[in-house]
Amino acid sequence: MDEPLIAIVGAGVMGTGISTLVVGQGLPVVLVDIDQGVLDRAATAVRHGLRHGQLIGALPPGTAPGRLRTTLRLQDVADADVVIEAVTEAPDRKADVLAAVSALVSPGTPVISNTSGIPIDEMAAWVKDPGSLIGTHFMNPAYLIPMVEVIRGPRTTDPTVQRVLSTLTRIGRRPVVVRDAPGFVTSRLLHPMINDAARVVSEGTATAEDVDTLMQGCLGHPTGPLRTADLIGIDNLVDALEELHARTGDERCRPSELLLEKVRRGELGRKSGRGFYSYSEAQS
Amino acid sequence: MTPEQHTAKAPLDTDAVIDQITRFVAEETRTAPDADQDLFTTGLANSMFAMQLVVFLEQTYAVTVAGPDLQLSNFRTVKSMAALVGRLQAQAAGTDV
Repeated sequence: MDEPLIAIVGAGVMGTGISTLVVGQGLPVVLVDIDQGVLDRAATAVRHGLRHGQLIGALPPGTAPGRLRTTLRLQDVADADVVIEAVTEAPDRKADVLAAVSALVSPGTPVISNTSGIPIDEMAAWVKDPGSLIGTHFMNPAYLIPMVEVIRGPRTTDPTVQRVLSTLTRIGRRPVVVRDAPGFVTSRLLHPMINDAARVVSEGTATAEDVDTLMQGCLGHPTGPLRTADLIGIDNLVDALEELHARTGDERCRPSELLLEKVRRGELGRKSGRGFYSYSEAQS
Repeated sequence: MTPEQHTAKAPLDTDAVIDQITRFVAEETRTAPDADQDLFTTGLANSMFAMQLVVFLEQTYAVTVAGPDLQLSNFRTVKSMAALVGRLQAQAAGTDV
């Protein structure tokens, strides 16, 4: 794996951000989606993201970007050294894609699910080789945030963990490995907190801005939970909360009415131009 | 004055550019910055807003920020952004800087 080929399935916010990260580190990417329009937008977003990464100093200087190849054919993941699944956070969608990917790759190829919180061992039932399945939880934007949560399922093998850790290190990330559980660590803590922040706003205790300002100024949160919601995408946040609620029974994970209403209105956050905040056309 | 009127042949005076950038930052952050204020260390701007500043300057002044110019130090203050715009417009007009 001198220059590993990384395949990414799903060209949404996360698939695009992870693609930007990998090509920005000089490695090639095959990016698969079922929609050519989505792939075209992703290619533009990757170019934009590479400029963003350079601006912030998050890319290794003097490294030529790797080649980004977009494709509608899932079969094109067959030659990859690592496959990252980043489709919608819905178990049936992930099941279809993971089953198909695991049938295409050569034996031992790590199959990574980038999920916000679906337990890896649930997904292991869908793949040919449960030992090769592992989870990662990249943050958005993946090309700017150097740390990645890695989730080892109970059946994930040592070689799979080692190969994924070395790939992550190769692309400049600092992995932290945790055990399998709904929401793992970051979503288990962050998602109910964002949900509560939305409730605080809908109860009229404070505006979204004041909630974020207090969390920044008093508690050291870098952007505040509601700006984070806009960055994650409120539709994805609601999906992830529902998956968490179904598995933990924790009422704090039941998506709040304000979040559901925003999804109904198409106010999904940065990607749609409006969420808890409005974003000018010049958004990144 | 509208953005369309800013051509490379007639670079804007720096004060007008400073005013426009200040207004954009004020609209986006709801805080009016001083021209010398470091937007990043004072918490007005973050890594996401930085790219919005790049796109705003490119769209408003018909310039392209690329290569070594694409670094945060050029975007730290309203003044440094105005200086960058002036330099890029002068370069585009083929004049000495």
